[in-house]
Amino acid sequence: MSRRRVVITGLGVVSPLGLTVGEFWQGLLEGRCGIGVIGAFDASAFPCRLAGEVPEYKIRDYVPKSYRKATKLMSRDIELSVIAADEAFKNAGVTTKASDSGSLTFDPTRLAISFGAGLISCDLNELAACAATSVTDGKFDLRKWGAEGMENLTPLWLLKYLPNMLPCHVGIIHDIQGPSNTITCGEVSSHIAIAEAAEMIQRGDADAAVGGGAEAKVNPIVMLRQCLLGRSTTQSNETPKAACRPFDAAAAGAVFGEAGGAIVLEELTSAQRRNAPILAEFAGAASGNSLNADLRHLEPDGTGLAMTIEAALAEANITPEEIDLIIPTGTAILQDDRAEATALERVFGNALDTIDVWAVKGMTSHTGAAAGVLETAAAIYAAAEDKIGPSRNAERSAEGCRLKLTQNVVEKPVRNVLCCGYSFGGQTAAIIIKKFEA
Amino acid sequence: MKHRVVITGMGVVCPLGHSADQLWNGLMSGQSGADYTTLFDASTFPTQFDAEVKGFDLSRCVQRYDLHKDGNRGTQFALGACVQACRQAGIDIETDAPTDGINRQRMGIYLGAGEGPVNFEPFFEALIGGWDEQARQVNWPRWTQVALSGLSAQNELEQEPNMPAAHLALLTGARGVTRSCLTACAASTQAVGEAAMLIRHGKAEIMIAGGAHSMIHPLGVTGFNRLTALSTRNDSPQTASRPFSATRDGFVIGEGGAVVILETLESARKRGATILAEVIGFGSSNDAFRVTDMHDQARGACQALRAAIKDADLTIEDIDYISTHGTSTVENDAVETLAIKTVFGQQAYNVPCSSPKSQMGHLIAATGCAELITCVKAIHEQTLPPTMNLNDPDPKLDLDYVPNAPRKAAVEIALNESFGFGGQNNVVIIKRYHEDSEG
Repeated sequence: MSRRRVVITGLGVVSPLGLTVGEFWQGLLEGRCGIGVIGAFDASAFPCRLAGEVPEYKIRDYVPKSYRKATKLMSRDIELSVIAADEAFKNAGVTTKASDSGSLTFDPTRLAISFGAGLISCDLNELAACAATSVTDGKFDLRKWGAEGMENLTPLWLLKYLPNMLPCHVGIIHDIQGPSNTITCGEVSSHIAIAEAAEMIQRGDADAAVGGGAEAKVNPIVMLRQCLLGRSTTQSNETPKAACRPFDAAAAGAVFGEAGGAIVLEELTSAQRRNAPILAEFAGAASGNSLNADLRHLEPDGTGLAMTIEAALAEANITPEEIDLIIPTGTAILQDDRAEATALERVFGNALDTIDVWAVKGMTSHTGAAAGVLETAAAIYAAAEDKIGPSRNAERSAEGCRLKLTQNVVEKPVRNVLCCGYSFGGQTAAIIIKKFEA
Repeated sequence: MKHRVVITGMGVVCPLGHSADQLWNGLMSGQSGADYTTLFDASTFPTQFDAEVKGFDLSRCVQRYDLHKDGNRGTQFALGACVQACRQAGIDIETDAPTDGINRQRMGIYLGAGEGPVNFEPFFEALIGGWDEQARQVNWPRWTQVALSGLSAQNELEQEPNMPAAHLALLTGARGVTRSCLTACAASTQAVGEAAMLIRHGKAEIMIAGGAHSMIHPLGVTGFNRLTALSTRNDSPQTASRPFSATRDGFVIGEGGAVVILETLESARKRGATILAEVIGFGSSNDAFRVTDMHDQARGACQALRAAIKDADLTIEDIDYISTHGTSTVENDAVETLAIKTVFGQQAYNVPCSSPKSQMGHLIAATGCAELITCVKAIHEQTLPPTMNLNDPDPKLDLDYVPNAPRKAAVEIALNESFGFGGQNNVVIIKRYHEDSEG
């Protein structure tokens, strides 16, 4: 039996570039930057005061009436997932339980979900208000907390912050009863979730699946963590639009942000039977490890990432020369950018002279667990429209980064796209998206 | 081509001991891992006890302790479990030049791992230092000053749920497909099941699979106490976990790490590894009901059970033993019993099903893999672990829960089920491996 082919029929993206995938794609082509001074809280004492923030939204607009009460249990990470999944299903022309009318496109038990999530922080204001009731002599008093303080927390407090609640809420809204997983693999979470969603279809456990992920990183403790790790840029607080400079000689660190993305993957004959718009084909994926004792950074020689890219190419059954576009991680952390460029050089050799490389984080910021789905969405549109946008702020290549970074919109046939990623902790991932041909 | 998936190594660090044998002996001798909380001052908490891992010292298990010393509790337990599992499977660790003949690019990792505890003191110091009572909110610049000086970068990094997998990679040199998932209490059953699928479909030859978690810290216990999910039987920690009994009042929070080595049958044979059991079925489902409650008709649990049995190409009569999720919460044990009755019909009364959590506690993300290891032992020893503390049966829960004492039984096929908060359900089925079997 030949492997079941998996195609992409819908996308949803909520990002610093807008609340819809359309605004996301338009913004990317225009080279628009979604990074600004943090508005969610007063970050004036932060070493890095910048982030990519999602524009204002009302979560109720994305949740069916019967489920609106549950929005009280949604942390922002969950909200971003719900918004993205809502758009992805609509975009795919799929009718789920969330729709007001019409018959269901899929048997709910044949619908699957694999979603990437980050380490969700609780609402620190809420926790601090409770902690403030448990102080003795100016210090937190655990005994007081146990006896009284914790009573001030809402009983369902924990449920807002469990990472698995992202696919649980999406699953309830759309009645997804098939296989369900939550990938928590740092900054490659949604790369892996997309790959696993495709596998659920390939192995016959589902006919369609939602893959993706979300992370609401613009929370004080989450942002501070990246500052402490020395990954955030501290040089550009006055010039946010120029702050994130992937592979650029002046790269000084990453800018983090929030986003959610969802991709509807579908078995080919299922998509054809219902005349669904097929945007691209999922051709293969892989993941692996960079083995570096310094868990903040990639191995300098890029070995693990190179192996992962090669494994993905092998699974997609294509050669490096057949890749027309690479969407790299490009965090703008210089030593990691160099290691990634080295990995690409190991895999592609001289072919790198002609393959366009599109680094998007200068526009989107680094959205953590959502980064992979944003970049895969860009790959899908590039393959569908034969268009590639500019690598904003990647103006003068850093030493050791021999990449053909796009400077303007490029229009050319885009047959195969590689998206690659890596995370703190060393996990690596790669996804190959292919132009759809019947 | 589909590959058969076998287990060639296993290791565990849990409240009943620091190896699969210690865990098993604890279960057989009626021990309880529960006692009063020592990891923090829980003396005023609604729940003042737990099931802690006692006396575990990772520095005695690994040579390069320096690489792992900052790892969170879950990470350290997973490392301990992984060392045991690799030793049993004949996988070289802590070396750049392995001689085990295993291609590291075909060896991957799949963990169901939880987050590490927050760095409690500086974290709360910053919250309190930053709190503006008049404005009723945190003054962020003030918070920032305290947090920047108090929090440690490495500690913050080690809280991330992908870090246990990162440390296992450094330990083993694994370069193949690596994933980490967190489907609450079902996470490591899911990790083992998904890892088996990766091997079956040729994406890896060997997978290091399992779980790691400790939520025994003030905020973890606070979260579960607020949900009223934990037993509050403070006068008797050892009898508090009493799955399926009428007086059950919640689970006993535990902690641990558990790892199994999965590999293709061809690889195990080629390497001459001892095959401990075969993984023959996996089922995963989503309740799609409520994040606060399990489906009242056990819809998702039934779906996962049926999917796993179908995947294994079995009928309900083939299942000899069910290792239940059996948390000792009012809701889980009732819904789980309903699920078994719904799927197995009359046969439900003939299938013994027990809960090791009655002795081990609930290891959260690590629990499913630890329980799977008890299933392997049940097959080897032809003995069922009991459900302890089942002295006052719930009249509505009338299955054979193997109450209070282990039992000799013929076990060829065992089924392990785990259900996560929020409705993610996972079932893995294993089978005794026969040397001459052709599948």
